[in-house]
Amino acid sequence: MILAIALGAYAVVLLLAGKDPIKAYVDTFSFALGTRYGFSEVIVRMIPLLLTAIAVALPSRLGLINVGGEGQLYMGAWLATWGAITFTGLPQAVFVPVLIVLGFVGGGAWASIAGFLRAKGLVNETITTLLMNYIAPLIVGLSVYGFWRSREVGSAAFPQSVAFPDAARLPRFFDTRVHLGIILALVALLIFWFVMERTKWGLKMRAIGGNPEAARRLGIRLGTYIVVVMFIAGGIAGLAGMAEVSALHGRLRAGFSPGYGFMGFLISWLAGGNPLGILMMSFVLAVVFSGGTLLQITQGVPFAAINVLMAIILFVVLMKPRFSWSALTRNLLGRKP
Amino acid sequence: MTWALIRGVLSGTIMYGVPLLYTTLGEVIGQRAGMVNLGLEGILLVGASVGFAVSSATGNPWVGIAAAAIAGAVFNLVYAFLVVTRKANQLASGLAVMFFGMGISAMIGRAFVGGGSKGLVRYQIPGISLFSWATNSMFSYDLLVYFAVPVAILVWWLLFRTRWGLSLRAVGESPSAAFAAGRRISLLKYQAALLCGLLGGIAGAHLSVALARTWSEGMTGGRGFIAVALVIFSKWHPLRAIVGAMLFGGSVTLQLQLQAQGASISPFLLNMIPYVLTLGVLLIWGGARRFAAPGGLGRVYSGEE
Repeated sequence: MILAIALGAYAVVLLLAGKDPIKAYVDTFSFALGTRYGFSEVIVRMIPLLLTAIAVALPSRLGLINVGGEGQLYMGAWLATWGAITFTGLPQAVFVPVLIVLGFVGGGAWASIAGFLRAKGLVNETITTLLMNYIAPLIVGLSVYGFWRSREVGSAAFPQSVAFPDAARLPRFFDTRVHLGIILALVALLIFWFVMERTKWGLKMRAIGGNPEAARRLGIRLGTYIVVVMFIAGGIAGLAGMAEVSALHGRLRAGFSPGYGFMGFLISWLAGGNPLGILMMSFVLAVVFSGGTLLQITQGVPFAAINVLMAIILFVVLMKPRFSWSALTRNLLGRKP
Repeated sequence: MTWALIRGVLSGTIMYGVPLLYTTLGEVIGQRAGMVNLGLEGILLVGASVGFAVSSATGNPWVGIAAAAIAGAVFNLVYAFLVVTRKANQLASGLAVMFFGMGISAMIGRAFVGGGSKGLVRYQIPGISLFSWATNSMFSYDLLVYFAVPVAILVWWLLFRTRWGLSLRAVGESPSAAFAAGRRISLLKYQAALLCGLLGGIAGAHLSVALARTWSEGMTGGRGFIAVALVIFSKWHPLRAIVGAMLFGGSVTLQLQLQAQGASISPFLLNMIPYVLTLGVLLIWGGARRFAAPGGLGRVYSGEE
């Protein structure tokens, strides 16, 4: 329903831009859902979206607003690249876990700066994470134009790091570009769901999120708690960056993310932080996303135009705040509220 | 440090600071009415693309700037509709406007990528030629630059010396008190959003038409967010915003001048300066902010109206 309104509104925008919206939609859906290659690409797109959405949803349970998924993704990729270039010669069975840890630590450390500043009561995490989104890609740029720069032919026009050793590439499945990241993302989502819904920690987090007094009564040091939660969230976003560079690119490139971190925020927000909602919205946005690439090629619509569609979806949801994902989950699982 | 560098930094500080000043003033008005607007980044982009497109089409940059101001105001009214009428979350609404601005500006500006602009007519400061060491074509500015400080004073006057400003600040501090005093909360918030969008649109157009004299996708580079940070820095006060905007303008220019002078520092490190500086400034000011912030900032007022 929401999607229908949004697609209708976007069709008007496309018409105003002199494009054919019906052809655009038919092309998008038949490519993304009708072909094996198209569908596998949708799954590939889903991986970073899922991870960055969890990175937003987790701190939101504490009332923290993490808009820095994009920066955390870049820093995860950055630290993983350092590992991939430094520890050449490890076997893949060791290398992949090492990269996962490095990606996690890279994103986590970046996010915990914002967490630390918030915990000390110095700066609000929303504005720090937003600004740090602009710094992280510059660090990546600095590295790939500088000390990690590849000297291969063709690297002059598109600066990039030296290639990862083969053992530092995440395994792919079924002859497609779908890679180990999908398992990481689904496991992260499952853990997130389990911890939030089924354990004491999840309950505690909600209590604290509502009310700092509750934290004091529970004997929790809120400052440390905030830093740890931000570290975990940033780490999850870092995994997305690590998976992108290791599985898809095989090297670090400047500006490799087309704004996954921002889309993750959008997804988490649309889903109200609900795991099932995150899964479904990631899928929808991944379809939109592959549609964006397709339209860029076939109709010459700038890629950034998919932001308009995402914004319209968000507008529609914001205007109609009645919908609840947790109610849907309850209905689907057949439990009484 | 040569005279050329100092001169360049001084004049560039003003040029780069001015669009940011307009943006920050808009955000000051919005936040004084209790609305945090992260969508300003999108408004800037819309202003920049519309301003550039209309100036190119009509050949008159002032028409472009007027169109950008109107476009900015209209887009910000969308934000106001979400947060005031639909009582939606302000941060999410702001980001929605940001996404919208990013997308729509890319579509509007597509035909103009790489195009040039003559820029605005520049006027020399009368009497500047007396200081012969500074006489330089750099020390002439367009009218929007000369208007910037008067506009800041005007905003201050509006907010602190008029009945309307008093009502607006009351809405931001304590919506229920303002409501009890018979103020029309929604109307005031819409008016604040309109002004905020106007200023944001002008700032965006100044960036593309007068400063960069070209359009490129995402050219505002987070200035909308930096403006939000500068509002905190200036403690929600329009006159302190001048200092904040100039500080940022100075950091951008210093970085550009160092690159132009061929300093052997990576441009990526230099590009970080403005963001790191903004974060640093926020840190230093962090302790004092909670005493200056409007009480009702970011809250949804759901009382009866």
